[in-house]
Amino acid sequence: MARSVTQNRKIINTAAAWAVGLLIFFPILWTILTSFKTEAQAISDPPVFLAFDWTLENYGVVMERSNYMRFLWNSIVIAGGSTILGIIIAVPAAWSMAFVPSKRTKDILLWMLSTKMLPAVGVLYPIYLLFIKLGLLDTKFGLTIVLMLINLPIIVWMLYTYFKEIPGEILEAARMDGASLKDEVLYVLTPMAIPGIASTLLLNVILAWNEAFWTLNLTAAKAAPLTAFIASYSSPEGLFYAKLSAASTMAIAPILILGWFSQKQLVSGLTFGAVK
Amino acid sequence: MGQIQLNQVTKSFGDVQVIPPLDLTIEDGEFTVFVGPSGCGKSTLLRLIAGLEDITSGHIAIDGTDATDVPPAKRGLAMVFQSYALYPHMSVRKNIAFPMRMAGIDQAEQNRRIDAAAKALNLTDYLDRRPGQLSGGQRQRVAIGRAIVREPAAFLFDEPLSNLDAALRVGMRLEISEMHERLKTTMIYVTHDQVEAMTMADKIVVLRAGIVEQVGSPLELYQRPGNTFVAGFIGSPKMNLIEGPEAAKHDAATIGIRPEHIDISETEGTWQGTVGVSEHLGSDTFFHIQSGLSAEPLTVRAGGERKLKYGTEVFLTPQIEHLHRFDQHGLRIA
Repeated sequence: MARSVTQNRKIINTAAAWAVGLLIFFPILWTILTSFKTEAQAISDPPVFLAFDWTLENYGVVMERSNYMRFLWNSIVIAGGSTILGIIIAVPAAWSMAFVPSKRTKDILLWMLSTKMLPAVGVLYPIYLLFIKLGLLDTKFGLTIVLMLINLPIIVWMLYTYFKEIPGEILEAARMDGASLKDEVLYVLTPMAIPGIASTLLLNVILAWNEAFWTLNLTAAKAAPLTAFIASYSSPEGLFYAKLSAASTMAIAPILILGWFSQKQLVSGLTFGAVK
Repeated sequence: MGQIQLNQVTKSFGDVQVIPPLDLTIEDGEFTVFVGPSGCGKSTLLRLIAGLEDITSGHIAIDGTDATDVPPAKRGLAMVFQSYALYPHMSVRKNIAFPMRMAGIDQAEQNRRIDAAAKALNLTDYLDRRPGQLSGGQRQRVAIGRAIVREPAAFLFDEPLSNLDAALRVGMRLEISEMHERLKTTMIYVTHDQVEAMTMADKIVVLRAGIVEQVGSPLELYQRPGNTFVAGFIGSPKMNLIEGPEAAKHDAATIGIRPEHIDISETEGTWQGTVGVSEHLGSDTFFHIQSGLSAEPLTVRAGGERKLKYGTEVFLTPQIEHLHRFDQHGLRIA
């Protein structure tokens, strides 16, 4: 018998879902609201929710004080570059793990994931020294490489999961049809895995966009992305809440908009293969 | 041209040897069927020939040239898979064109071959559809089309009809046989269905546990099975196999007699038995008779009109000239 859902139940479930959704979204909403307040209203007690004098002043100050476009461009280059580079390396890696697994494939996958359990600060010192030696400090290239390496385990793992869903016989058919390994990956595997690759791409752009530890530690002025832009407004002295919120809003807006427009792709990618 | 020679080929997965040393020659233009129960190594053998699995030792030659270390893409063979294995993101036209695209054949020639194949396989109206929009039978036709356009040295079929319903299976069986008559290309066909083997093959290779039990034409295998396994496997319904004193009377450990070679009578005969279940097929009737000669009931074929009630006492007389005799190892006694 199909589960019958009563009207009341439906309403309760919907309300609960909205409550959870709002709870998660609240900090972002609060940041956006604060960005339109004056500094005094931003710290007023009790806090004001909507009844304040809406102002764009903070945005004006932030734009005047720092070069937003440069930070934005750095973020785009670093997040986009590290993701694309990661995908290029991860597709062949995931292919080999999914279709020609060895006895140690599972171990390698787990080992790769275990690197994500290491606190990043644990390798800060060696990486910092390497960056100095190689002259990569405060360069977009250096940051792109580091973020790619940081996220590579997740990219490989995700792609591996998607590739596992593709029947091996189709790749064998391609081989029988005269396809070289390159042709097989390029014309058969990759197009079939597009939904998976797209959601991996999106997720990693988001992760790289929001990454703050490495971007703050390895950049100064030239290569600093939007995370550093936000950080520059957090100060132990003075009233900066509203300006900080304005900077945060400007930093998260692009990725929020990207996420909104691609949510269908993201969800279908993340549940890929769950239902045949 | 498409002569395929296997020379002392073996295959092991880890410590398990699935194909012990095996020699086999498939002549150019021959329709060869590998048949055997599931797990007998027939698909593995086909995949070894295709190059999709590496052989553990031995040699494979295609048209006299050693192909042991040649990758599948370079062997010049085409394969049709049980699951069809079509490219879901490509239209039927692109699916069929794929091997030609890989071979770098020019566009005009590609179109000519696609049109010819589509016409022969009744796919002309479906060329712009995706595989997901086709029925099982149509998908299998596309898979065959994709194989034909390569103009391969040999076609390899891996249980291509197993996913189709019974009626479609008979139709496709005829189409594949028809195609073989037309193209005269070597074909190797793997199936567990001995009816497919009997109806399509020029040569049947019966396999069990990776070992070739017998090689021969369908009628050779039917009329002169080399051992009790082949005797029991080829033919439907199966041959009746009788062991014990009745076999000893014929100087054999086991005797075999096909259902159509036993005469049934209500008055007299050599063996006595009781009628069990009767199967009326219209053209024939199969009686299952409990006789005490063997653990399983004996199957007897009679005319379509013949009727015998459940429990009737009957007499059976085997036609001595059609009796098969096997020794204690199950091997045929000439």
